[in-house]
Amino acid sequence: MLTGYDIIVFGSSAGGYSALAEVLPQLPVDLPQAVVVAQHLHPGSGEYMVEYLSRRCRMPVREPEDKEPVLPGVIAVAAAQYHLLIERDRTFAFSVDDKVNFSRPSIDVLFESVAAVYGPRAVGVVLTGANADGAAGLRAIKAAGGLAVVQDPASAETPFMPRSALAATAVDHVLDLAGIARLLG
Amino acid sequence: MELREIHDIEISLLLEAIFRRYGHDFRHYAMASMERRIRHGMERLHCRSVTELMGRILHEPATFQDLLDSFSITITEMFRDPAVYAFLRSDVIPYLATYPFIKVWHAGCASGEEVYSLAIVLQEQGILERTTIYATDFNEAALERAREGIYSIARLADYSRNYHLSGGRTTLADYYCADDNSVIMAKSLKDRITFARHNLASDQVFGEMHLIICRNVMIYFDRTLQDRVFSLFDDSLIGSGFLCLGTKESLSFSPLAGKYRELDRHLKVYRKSRD
Repeated sequence: MLTGYDIIVFGSSAGGYSALAEVLPQLPVDLPQAVVVAQHLHPGSGEYMVEYLSRRCRMPVREPEDKEPVLPGVIAVAAAQYHLLIERDRTFAFSVDDKVNFSRPSIDVLFESVAAVYGPRAVGVVLTGANADGAAGLRAIKAAGGLAVVQDPASAETPFMPRSALAATAVDHVLDLAGIARLLG
Repeated sequence: MELREIHDIEISLLLEAIFRRYGHDFRHYAMASMERRIRHGMERLHCRSVTELMGRILHEPATFQDLLDSFSITITEMFRDPAVYAFLRSDVIPYLATYPFIKVWHAGCASGEEVYSLAIVLQEQGILERTTIYATDFNEAALERAREGIYSIARLADYSRNYHLSGGRTTLADYYCADDNSVIMAKSLKDRITFARHNLASDQVFGEMHLIICRNVMIYFDRTLQDRVFSLFDDSLIGSGFLCLGTKESLSFSPLAGKYRELDRHLKVYRKSRD
């Protein structure tokens, strides 16, 4: 378990469901960090992601609402069709602004807001995916003094997203999913 | 002083400058998204700092207009969240139908796709003829697009699918004329819609409404401005009137929550108490 951090944000796309299902269930319920996930979703997917992860995780999983406080003990999942951000007072915020990297929710949007709010107390984790979303966001987290973690592309179902993140940032940890779970849990 | 704090001062001065120079009040917008939009504006206008952007905004009205458009461009679609329209058909319109005349306020209508969607639903449920829809937005350019009601044909397949998911009774093609690239919404719908400029951050109450729809607008406001707008809606809504918010928005943090009953937890449709 990590200390000195208040939040862990995950970004994933193609292959993300199974990657998240391998890492998140291993996080202990008393994890001191808030956990927030931006997984690229099909517009019509509703709350399927919440159901999918709820069945597998010990921690409760939910889609937050506007202005809800960001707290540990819950896995908060970005909703389809909305960007998820975090405000300075550590509450959730949403937007329906343009897609970023063809995505809404966008990992960069979430990670950049987290970097601005949490600075060195944030951990960013980029997992499997087929586009470059997350690379700029992880760079922002690292630049603000946070911890940058990337799934080892060799272990990723779709390696493009981890590779893009590695190319953009001096990453602290490059690990397979079991390694990420051990590091965080 | 940390860079971050200096940046905060610059942002708040920029918003103050916009307010005092042009009267548009963004001072109580939710900051995370606002800062992204300002950053984009700086990139597009090649400004190296917020202060430089502020200088240009103060002296160049055209630059301000450009920034304003980028501040207010939100993405919408026809029958966005089809389940909401299905719920309006089944659980709201039957009550509206008991009134001889019906007034609906669609606040923050942007480019109008959702207003026309609502008009279609009202038409199919048989009450459009006795309904006036007031569709408002603070951005004149967006309102103009809404007034024209011309949309790209590229997204029509999605809109049509949404329409059917919303419980549509015929075909979406009944409500527009198409050419090669675009569709124009039917005059019979437009005739029931009054487009008007209205700024939720500064303008006043808007008549005695039976239904107010304001979706994905409140997410851009901070708690203070949300409270103002909720009370504006409360003052504009008749007893037993309906309020429909975006699916991530909620009345539950508002002081007015006690006066409203949540009809559907996911769709965020509320009904005001009888007074």
